[in-house]
Amino acid sequence: MNRQVSAVTLVNGGAIPLADLPVLDFEVFAEELVGEVAREGRVAAFFVTPAGGGGLDLFAIVAHDWRGNLALMRTRVNESFPSLTPRCPQLHLFEREIAEQYGIIPEGHPWFKPVRFHGSWQRGRDAWGRDPGGHPVPGDMTFYRVEGEEVHEVAVGPVHAGVIEPGHFRFQCHGEKVMHLEISLGYQHRALERQLPGGPHPNTRYRMETAAGDTSIGHMTAHCQLLEALAGVPPSPRGESLRLIALELERLANHVGDIGALAGDVGFLPTASFCGRLRGDYLNMTAELCGSRFGRGLVRPGGVAFDLDPALAAELSGRLEMAARDTRGAVNLFFDTPSVLARMEGIGRVGTDTAEELGLVGIAARACGLVRDVRLHHPVGAWREAFDSVIIEEAGDVFARANVRRREIEASIEVLRRGLKHLPEGAMQEPSGKMHPESLAVSLVEGWRGEIVHVAITDAQGKFARYKIVDPSFHNWSGLAMALRGEQISDFPLCNKSFNLSYCGFDL
Amino acid sequence: MLKIIRERIHQGHRTSRFPKEEPILPARFRGRPEIESGKCPQGCAECVGCCPYGALVVDEGKIRLDMGLCLFCAECAAACPHGALVFTRDYRLASRTREGLMTDEEGFQLATALDARMKKLFGRSLKLRQVSAGGCNACEADINVLSTLVFDLGRFGIQFVASPRHADGILVTGPVTENMKSPLLDTYAAIPAPKLVIASGACAIGGGPFRSSPEANDGVGDLLPVDLYIPGCPPHPYTALDGLLRLLGRL
Repeated sequence: MNRQVSAVTLVNGGAIPLADLPVLDFEVFAEELVGEVAREGRVAAFFVTPAGGGGLDLFAIVAHDWRGNLALMRTRVNESFPSLTPRCPQLHLFEREIAEQYGIIPEGHPWFKPVRFHGSWQRGRDAWGRDPGGHPVPGDMTFYRVEGEEVHEVAVGPVHAGVIEPGHFRFQCHGEKVMHLEISLGYQHRALERQLPGGPHPNTRYRMETAAGDTSIGHMTAHCQLLEALAGVPPSPRGESLRLIALELERLANHVGDIGALAGDVGFLPTASFCGRLRGDYLNMTAELCGSRFGRGLVRPGGVAFDLDPALAAELSGRLEMAARDTRGAVNLFFDTPSVLARMEGIGRVGTDTAEELGLVGIAARACGLVRDVRLHHPVGAWREAFDSVIIEEAGDVFARANVRRREIEASIEVLRRGLKHLPEGAMQEPSGKMHPESLAVSLVEGWRGEIVHVAITDAQGKFARYKIVDPSFHNWSGLAMALRGEQISDFPLCNKSFNLSYCGFDL
Repeated sequence: MLKIIRERIHQGHRTSRFPKEEPILPARFRGRPEIESGKCPQGCAECVGCCPYGALVVDEGKIRLDMGLCLFCAECAAACPHGALVFTRDYRLASRTREGLMTDEEGFQLATALDARMKKLFGRSLKLRQVSAGGCNACEADINVLSTLVFDLGRFGIQFVASPRHADGILVTGPVTENMKSPLLDTYAAIPAPKLVIASGACAIGGGPFRSSPEANDGVGDLLPVDLYIPGCPPHPYTALDGLLRLLGRL
């Protein structure tokens, strides 16, 4: 029998007419999906949207990093479908999300619980049989429990001790040792995705900038790339270069801040203090560019809304050199101190196989030896020339995640140095076009935490029929849970900081 | 140890001299809007239409801007062909009342100090519990930054504490999602009276970008009695610091 040619390929920032994507039988879809993942693929997005006639279209997007493209598949489902999680564990949260959003059941899912604790988008269809008129209670689910003498449970949150977003964590402990950690989120859920159909609306761009507020540039760039793909109008080269500068400033601010936070958690105060200040220096450079420390208002469809004249570019270059010197000084102190290294090495280890099975992305994946970076594998625009080496560490522990950051800080400073010197001439922004009707587009951006995925499907009028956002945290929270296995509960804050995941990026 | 000392000498003393010296803000920083309705021709409402949050109203030919709803994107100023609306670099924006955030030609009501009794209680030592209730982590990050050595919040006797039982008040960020409403109210209830409520950021004041989301409450104002509003998306750390110090009668 000839193998049915069914997966359609697309590159980052590409769009296709929806009609070009065949609707496969579920069995064929399942085999294709599992096969694509086995052939060095990983699931970038997996979601459903109403297909008319009461059915739902189920889409899978598998990223092939070494081929630099994305495999797209679709099938049709109704009230339920056989869960693919047992064959492809990285689908576990995607399937729970689908069940929560549309009230359909992935039969045989091994860990079937709500994700964000909101009512189903399809009235009267609740996958857990909860009251369709009421609002679900966050955290109301059966937590995994270990029973036995000397076993105890520690429950933390949603409100934590620090100035931090809310989430609920349950540890099953034997003495100090954590046997299992279960993380229940959803407290920050603001119904972002649910309100996008019919858009883009006038408030959409502001919501994209605050999908995860510490990743405003990352999410807004992903959103704009998607609009540009759907309109078939590329952004201006100068605009793309300015986006690159802003994205690397965002990465620097967060990586430097994270190393400071790790230093604070192990009680090494010099680096904690220096990096706390230096993080602000990078944020202030972004504010010089656009007036906002978080890059609000900078990235816009077609390019950017603020230009960088030679005088400001030269000033930013000067400030970068000063910040770079101080950063190196602060970070080297941290990595030169044996007592600091002893607190990080071997702590919170995630194995390479586990990372691969869970589909981790970004720093968390690279710290486990996985070569995954959108800037290298799926580059668009200015990235094609700017980035050529992915930084990886093998150990998968807190030290590895810290060291990936340290080395990425160096790489980002280099990229910025070049970027500030060689800005393409021309307009900063191209006029935006009308979006193609009944099309599908995918946009990937390597945000500072990892891969950000935005996918949109347009309706007959060229408006969003479905908009899917996958923040890197969506993949990586499971990595944190695995990192805690067999660790001391007192190491949780350190492990948590080494991932530093987004709550609202996950909750959306 | 010697390396640490050498680095300390190199990096120097970086705590800002605020409030003795004014902070230096970026040239493109967007702060307090300045309005000159006299420049508006009859019936012009170019600015009003471009704000998706209804922050602008034209009332009897006068523009009024609600800084509680404003994200300080300045697209209204860009849309105004007459220069009747500009965003200045003034970072002082906090107010004690919701109505006080309405700004027009006469300006707005900058935050005043607590009454004598409350000032005596909290003026020299204020411990706050922070609750993120749907905040995107930008407000939280710029609140956190107040405790770094640049702003050094501790020198004013203000501190963020881990337990509501240790706190004199609550600082709320985020539009108050449906899923955080009950934990927020529980945290507030756990703080001993008398207690303060501070709404920081556009979300906590009026829902911000998530205004009228079915899963959020358009801010904390309908749920708790607010003593201080700090506008911005997110508020600049100096906006927050200025507001806190004014509340305590320290400015």
